[in-house]
Amino acid sequence: MIGYIARRLGQAVFILIGISLVTYVLVYLIPADPVRQIAGRSATPETVESIRRQLGLDLPLWQQYLRYLGDLLQGDLGRSYIQKTEVATLIASRLPATLELMAGAILLELLIGLSAGIYAASRRGRPADRAIMVASFAAVSAPQFVVGILLLYVFAVQLGWFPIGGYGTLWHLVLPALTLGLLGGGWYARMMRSAMIEVLRQDYIVTARAKGAGRFRILFVHALRNAALPVVAMVGLDIGIFMSGAVVVESVYGWPGIGQLAWQAIQRVDIPIIVGVTIVAAVAIVLGNLLADLVAPFIDPRIKFRR
Amino acid sequence: MSLLEVRGLTVAFRSEGRFLRVVEAVDLDLEEGRILGLVGESGCGKSVTARSLMRLLPEPPARIEGGSIRFAGNDILALDEAAMRRLRGDRLAMIFQEPMTSLNPTWTVGFQIEEALKLHTDLPAAARRERSLELLRRVGIGAPERRLRQYPFELSGGLRQRVMIAMALACGPDLLIADEPTTALDVTVQAQILELLARLREELGMAILLITHDLGVVAEFCDEVAVMYAGRIVEHGRVADLFARPRHPYTNGLLASTPRLRGRRGRLPTIPGSVPPPDRRPPGCPFAPRCQRVLERCRSAMPGLAGDDGHLAACWNPVR
Repeated sequence: MIGYIARRLGQAVFILIGISLVTYVLVYLIPADPVRQIAGRSATPETVESIRRQLGLDLPLWQQYLRYLGDLLQGDLGRSYIQKTEVATLIASRLPATLELMAGAILLELLIGLSAGIYAASRRGRPADRAIMVASFAAVSAPQFVVGILLLYVFAVQLGWFPIGGYGTLWHLVLPALTLGLLGGGWYARMMRSAMIEVLRQDYIVTARAKGAGRFRILFVHALRNAALPVVAMVGLDIGIFMSGAVVVESVYGWPGIGQLAWQAIQRVDIPIIVGVTIVAAVAIVLGNLLADLVAPFIDPRIKFRR
Repeated sequence: MSLLEVRGLTVAFRSEGRFLRVVEAVDLDLEEGRILGLVGESGCGKSVTARSLMRLLPEPPARIEGGSIRFAGNDILALDEAAMRRLRGDRLAMIFQEPMTSLNPTWTVGFQIEEALKLHTDLPAAARRERSLELLRRVGIGAPERRLRQYPFELSGGLRQRVMIAMALACGPDLLIADEPTTALDVTVQAQILELLARLREELGMAILLITHDLGVVAEFCDEVAVMYAGRIVEHGRVADLFARPRHPYTNGLLASTPRLRGRRGRLPTIPGSVPPPDRRPPGCPFAPRCQRVLERCRSAMPGLAGDDGHLAACWNPVR
């Protein structure tokens, strides 16, 4: 297993180099000049040129990128053009809030999505199933800011149960995590339902019934484990997705996560932060997938680590 | 009194808004310790009959429209789900056609055998394990300690069917329903599994209802046989009687179309036509359109099972 992990991480290095290249080129193609953002409108052409040279932005693209890649391979993500702070430090300062929101969101997604999906599958075709399908469809198609603002208005402004925004206690986490959990839960519910329905059709479910197993036991002992793999894979993806930040939800609730950092950096063409956040998110996606693949054999014994 | 007594069992399936009768007015009797073969072509309703006995059919789309099933003093069709669950896997057990897909791929063999014991007995874990080992030995599986820890995908088809049998026997059932238990297996393995079932019947004294389409299996293995055609029992009797003197023209045709090693050469006789699907069964006897002995009344009225000395046929114009 350790060899497997090492090989997967080795592959990840190449993925990261590719991603850094694509991001770097894309940001370079944006028709906005970072130097103008830094220098301000009233700066003289001389000042602009000197800043440009200072940041190495006068070099051709390939030289800029190679210089960046050289630093990256030594673990240096560069410095913000504007704040002059190390990008790694900036990201690290946002990491706790991001991880907290990620954990809360995934927990609620699973709680909401799996229970709804399993229940719907066990009541297939009946009113409860239809209601859950409609609700999950609404969740899947609702915009984050609408649900975010709605929850904020009802539970924070009107009822006053939770703080209106900000970061700190577990109470601050509930609404933003619930927003993401409800929306993501819709996906999980639909996926869980169809996986469970597929499994409940299998011969071994009849065998279990013939043995005298009850409804509950059929669902949770015999079916769930066989239907769990897609869920695990999706959690792996979610880890990556939430790492790059839930931009909209973070804005609605004033949550100081990586999403806000990235959003501000994009507005100011702060290239090192943009590329840095992208790379951190890519690392998270790779790790999330690796984690899902490591868990899979424990759920389905037919899956083995390939040497 | 019989261990199993089925009277007038009628089962319908909903299809495109209407209910089609798949099994009609089926009567079956099975005494303790006997083996009854239920034969018929695919689609004749034998599997549906078997699953109705354990109330394993999904309702809907299935619906039991009438009849009664009495098993060891229980009125099966009147039991609630909880009482039915207590019976299933305990006194009434079943094995299936596809050993490759009938075991849960994510649990070990040991877990799946012990499950029935967990559900129906108060045995502690160590005793359950001991019993599982004994069951595996009993069904002829070597190195049972290792097998208990293995997953179904690590076993061959024959071994899996043996595991299925061990699982079904866990609580010592009075009746084992075997739904085409050898159809998916290699011929040599088929014989082994049938021999195993026959031996277990001797040792444990349980009755077996064997569903099959193979007359050879019935001849070799069963005490009694019921022949099903288009959802109905058309002939019922002891194996020796029925094979020696078939009464129903369908049974007669089936036996005539079985290839033999000795005897006359040439074309094997066949029954003309094909089995009518449930939505196109004629009024009267369902076999009438294909029958060479058909009479006028066969087309309008369905004959009941009649005969003497336990050899019954549902025919207006039986052979001999």
